[in-house]
Amino acid sequence: MLPGFNLTLGYTLFYLSVIVLIPLSAVFIKTTELGLAEFWAVVTAPRVVATYKLTFGASLLAAAINALFGLMLAWSLVRYSFPGKKLVDALIDLPFALPTAVAGIALTALYAKNGWLGQWIEGEFGIKVAFGPLGVLVALIFIGLPFVVRTVQPILEDLDTELEEAAASLGARRWQTFRYVTLPILLPALLTGFALAFARAVGEYGSVIFIAGNIPMVSEITPLIIITKLEQYDYAGATAIAVVMLVLSFILLLTINGLQAWTNKVTGRDR
Amino acid sequence: MSIQVKNIHKGFGEFVALGDVSLDFPTGELVALLGPSGCGKTTLLRIIAGLEFADSGRVLIDGEDASDTHVRERHVGFVFQHYALFRHMNVFDNVAFGLRMKPRAERPSEKVIRTKVHDLLKLVQLDWLADRFPSQLSGGQRQRIALARALAVEPRVLLLDEPFGALDAKVRKELRRWLRRLHDELHITSIFVTHDQEEALEVADRVVLMDHGKVEQIGTPEEVYRHPATPFVYGFLGAVNPFHGKIDGSTVRVGDDVLPHEVNSFKQGDDVVAFARPHELDIVIDPASTAGVSARIARVLSFGVTARVELDGLNGVSGQHFEVEMTRTRVEELGLQEGQPVRLLPSQLRVFAR
Repeated sequence: MLPGFNLTLGYTLFYLSVIVLIPLSAVFIKTTELGLAEFWAVVTAPRVVATYKLTFGASLLAAAINALFGLMLAWSLVRYSFPGKKLVDALIDLPFALPTAVAGIALTALYAKNGWLGQWIEGEFGIKVAFGPLGVLVALIFIGLPFVVRTVQPILEDLDTELEEAAASLGARRWQTFRYVTLPILLPALLTGFALAFARAVGEYGSVIFIAGNIPMVSEITPLIIITKLEQYDYAGATAIAVVMLVLSFILLLTINGLQAWTNKVTGRDR
Repeated sequence: MSIQVKNIHKGFGEFVALGDVSLDFPTGELVALLGPSGCGKTTLLRIIAGLEFADSGRVLIDGEDASDTHVRERHVGFVFQHYALFRHMNVFDNVAFGLRMKPRAERPSEKVIRTKVHDLLKLVQLDWLADRFPSQLSGGQRQRIALARALAVEPRVLLLDEPFGALDAKVRKELRRWLRRLHDELHITSIFVTHDQEEALEVADRVVLMDHGKVEQIGTPEEVYRHPATPFVYGFLGAVNPFHGKIDGSTVRVGDDVLPHEVNSFKQGDDVVAFARPHELDIVIDPASTAGVSARIARVLSFGVTARVELDGLNGVSGQHFEVEMTRTRVEELGLQEGQPVRLLPSQLRVFAR
């Protein structure tokens, strides 16, 4: 055994307990105030189930969109030089730094019926963005973007252009080189970025509530339901929904991690 | 297939990487592009491959103008210094890559691919590694796999960029011999880039010496070593002792001393530099002698088969160092001592204008 194992393990467990496990277990303990039947009734109420669908559905979709466009953005930043590149690079982190409420207000002003973009989109295509599920998606895409760019960018920077040259000299077309050489190398990082963007989106509250319109059964997100219950002093009800969120998030994140481990294995990286 | 490059010019900003280079690479030969780093040899190789494009000039492969075609269409095998193996694929998939990327109409069946890949792996003697990933291989093995991968698409020519540069000395020697044998088997027109003169002389049929984006000399290893055309070539192909001086009758006057010189292609008083290799210098211990250049023995290194004597110049060539190679018996015969003043007399001298 390596020296210091007991100390470091003890420290890790202690820290994790104080910061993560104890607060989370409080959620579970509080929930036990409800009986099983009561718990089930709370967490499967139609209005609550609708929020799960929106929160997890929009989060997965937003993470997927971010994975695609974040990859393209990272690609342009790494592979090309253009005026203002440093500025663009700095702008990427803005959604990290901006208070989410500010982001929400800005997006709402932009996409509302009388906003710059909103009036055009609604006028031209008849699509309502703000105050609906689409608004939720827009907000989640906004806050999740930096995660994908910042996880893919360093891998792309390290990627040897010789690999692409080798592929081309062997007769591969550009898309074949991307599909069979570049993408498999980027995939684990891309999955990490996806998972981070997704996790962030599931927990997002501030920016979404401004743009969502919060219409029950239509554009209400799960965190909002929890807040609503808290405001009504229904603490057990709020934690019950929180438990469902926690478990669902945990399962999804585990799945993504499993997927990552699998890509590592088939691509020979863990050897 | 033959390769010709005609009047290739390539610059990077102000820097001229290749200045009007024209070369002929005949079919079936293994040619070395030899030169110090930054001499343009790798750039030339990449231009031939189509990985880079010249500012002007043409590349002809098998007589056809390939200047404007993409690397994909040139059908050249390229081997990179750092192998550039696809680390997410095992050895088999790496070698099969080129075959699998062919358009559907030309793509062989998986069965044919399997036979072909295994044949190639046998050729590079690594058949037993088919299921391994590149990270599990040694450097020498990786380079052989990279070569097998390049050969899989049956390239018209084979281009190797410092193929042994990243390997340690022992593996390098082994792979050199191996590459030579492989070439003798396949007879595919090959060009390899190297900065190691020993490697070039040992492996190649023909050596192209380059410096500062220009071709200095072309010839068989024997020719370029025996008859270096320029001071650069002379200095690059082995250890060398330069004597800077002036032509004085049938001698070269170096400082206060003179070296005998036979050829009369110079005028009286011409500034010249005369070269002698370490084994072409003899040490004269007779204090009465006036032939040769005077020097003082700094160190005698008499381990190994040959002994090396390091000397410091005297009489107007002070500050210069010389190196002499002789047998150990000769050193003992002469009874050389460190600090002893002696004279250096070349048995051979190559004189170039300065």
